[in-house]
Amino acid sequence: MSDYTDIAKKGLWTNNPGFVQLLGLCPLLAVSNTVVNALGLGLATLLVLTASNAAVAAIRDSVRDEVRIPIFVMVIAAFVTAIELLMNAFLHELYLILGIFIPLIVTNCAIIGRAEAFASKNSLRKAVADGLAMGGGFGLALLLLGALREVLSQGTLLADSHLLFGELARGWTITVIPGFRGFLLAALPPGAFIGLAFLIAGKNMVDRRLQARQPAKPPVGAEPA
Amino acid sequence: MSMATTIGRNMLASARLLGIFALAGSILLAGTYGLTRDRIEQQQRASLQSTLLEVLRDVRYDNALLDDTVQIRDPLLGTDAALTAYRARRAGQPVAVLFPVIAPNGYSGAIRLLVGVAADGSLTGVRVLEHRETPGLGDKIETRRSDWIRQFAGLSIGQPPKRQWAVTKDGGNFDSFTGATITPRAVVAAVKNALLYFESNKAALYAAAEPATPPAN
Repeated sequence: MSDYTDIAKKGLWTNNPGFVQLLGLCPLLAVSNTVVNALGLGLATLLVLTASNAAVAAIRDSVRDEVRIPIFVMVIAAFVTAIELLMNAFLHELYLILGIFIPLIVTNCAIIGRAEAFASKNSLRKAVADGLAMGGGFGLALLLLGALREVLSQGTLLADSHLLFGELARGWTITVIPGFRGFLLAALPPGAFIGLAFLIAGKNMVDRRLQARQPAKPPVGAEPA
Repeated sequence: MSMATTIGRNMLASARLLGIFALAGSILLAGTYGLTRDRIEQQQRASLQSTLLEVLRDVRYDNALLDDTVQIRDPLLGTDAALTAYRARRAGQPVAVLFPVIAPNGYSGAIRLLVGVAADGSLTGVRVLEHRETPGLGDKIETRRSDWIRQFAGLSIGQPPKRQWAVTKDGGNFDSFTGATITPRAVVAAVKNALLYFESNKAALYAAAEPATPPAN
């Protein structure tokens, strides 16, 4: 397996930040009430993670060990603030809805975690690939939870998609269950926890099935945390 | 080389490194800020304008709404802070005034509303600016969840009579939602207070001089 396939597989599945490492749970649980909110925050996190991984890998040889953490934090904070300004300018309504969770991307442990554990020890290209894979994995977790909660709480998917995709997307809303009055619990915070638990259980079940199907191959060793 | 000098050199090198990155970060941010500043201001004005227009509905006006403002302050508005009122005029004559009012007693804290009152004292409309009510229950005060808030358009003190300005549960004219009485009760009371405020401050609301800028038309 090539390095890049391995990086992609780890980020999206075997070491997914949302489902396996359980990092960045605060935004994951808070902003996953609709698909559009989840996608908005997922994309913002993906951008920050890729940019910060690239920057950290590029400077990894010139940064002294004693001050590397403050420098990584500064790099991440600068990218987050830049993205916050850009969202305020170009996705204003979504920016208003996501509110505090955009600046809070700075504190998403998945980002500083990848800077320290991967980007500071690998080449620029690998770090970018890891940022895309891990950011994609986090976005995927947000998206799945957002879709689950939106269907259960409103019976729709992609409601208000014009906030993210512009006026053309006004008609994109898919009514999954017509006339559905909504299952309130799914929209509330406990619904986020329960939904995430079911998704993690589902992922573990898929893993178990896959393992049972190929007994000949030795199991792929999990990456140490 | 003595140990003290080595430590000193290390510290200096670290400090220089931190300084360089702080500078690089500042440059990145200053650049982004410079590029987005105008656009952000434009978006904020557009967003405010579209909320104001929604509350004004079909009232016709010809002044620069966003620039014809006056600061108001009254306990009836639910806060001690000064609020901004926007005045709509047509050919110099006042046609409506829009101002925020706060319902301090929502189910999960204050609810910020924007009300529009026409010159004859009737409501042009009411919209929620900000709230933290329970999703699925109290959030029916948003237009994207239900039409409840639209019923205020055209009403005034007297239509219905003052004592009917309450939810049906309290003997008034306004329906509450299933499972939520506190939210509509708070909103109805705040809208009523806004109307009472308008009645007693009508002259003052329009009195402050029009800004020097010429009308938009």
